[in-house]
Amino acid sequence: MKNYKIVVTGKNGIFDPAGETSKNALRNLGYDGVESLRIGKYVELETQDDVTGAQVEEMCEKLLANPVIEDYRIEVVQP
Amino acid sequence: MRFGVVRFPGTNCEQDAVHALRTMGFGAEYVWHQDSDLSGFDAVVLPGGFSYGDYLRSGAIARFSPVMSEVVRFAERGNPVIGICNGFQVLTEAHLLPGALIRNKNLKFLCQTVHLSVQDSVCQWLDAPKGTTFAIPISHHDGNYVCSPEDYQALCEGSQIVLRYCEPDGHIAPDSAPNGSFENIAGICNATGNVFGLMPHPERVVDGVSGSTQGRAFFEAIAQRFN
Repeated sequence: MKNYKIVVTGKNGIFDPAGETSKNALRNLGYDGVESLRIGKYVELETQDDVTGAQVEEMCEKLLANPVIEDYRIEVVQP
Repeated sequence: MRFGVVRFPGTNCEQDAVHALRTMGFGAEYVWHQDSDLSGFDAVVLPGGFSYGDYLRSGAIARFSPVMSEVVRFAERGNPVIGICNGFQVLTEAHLLPGALIRNKNLKFLCQTVHLSVQDSVCQWLDAPKGTTFAIPISHHDGNYVCSPEDYQALCEGSQIVLRYCEPDGHIAPDSAPNGSFENIAGICNATGNVFGLMPHPERVVDGVSGSTQGRAFFEAIAQRFN
């Protein structure tokens, strides 16, 4: 088995209302040093050994992320 | 004139759409998301709702339903397709329309009547002069339209922006869009005008029971093409 961690975040410049609101909430709690906060998605993916990295990339392009508004990064989890 | 109204798991406005179309005297039948035959239909409606629970992103999973491959072919042959609310989200995910719909700016689910200003467009679904206004309900959490500057330029140059949110008097103010939509965009069409996506729900204001019949105009123009 192969394991991947995939993080999907909004592209720079795409408004992230959930991130923005959470940032303001932290500031209201007194954390004045908070500069920026962006909220995304975290995916844990487990595949059979014959599934290639290129296929995982394709899964992100096709479904797990929407390249119009989101960036993604794939991390291979070392066994 | 026979409309096919697609039902995904989680769609919840298909009965409103079928009721509205039949009220107007058109044929309207449900099309199950596992079907892949649209023969016999003149136009396809992707109605509102929460297809596949809006999991991952609104419309992201519905876009890979068996019926959608056929909807894409149907649209590419120049046949009329309208996506309302969740249907609009499915159309952007399927790349039949550019851009995407993200969470409303104020994070709230918005259920209210909005005012819309008709733009000069190539849309085959709406035959109303530029500046005509409509009052139509919205009901969505992810209606905040975004697109790249290049896509926006192409939309403008191709006269593909069909509707913008406006004030009750028709004036388009910077914050007329309650959901934060880029450039007040409420509805767009493809370059050939046969594929139309919009966040407001014209099918909810067709039979007069909900206080208005202004939604009729959104289905009349396309029907006239088939008479």
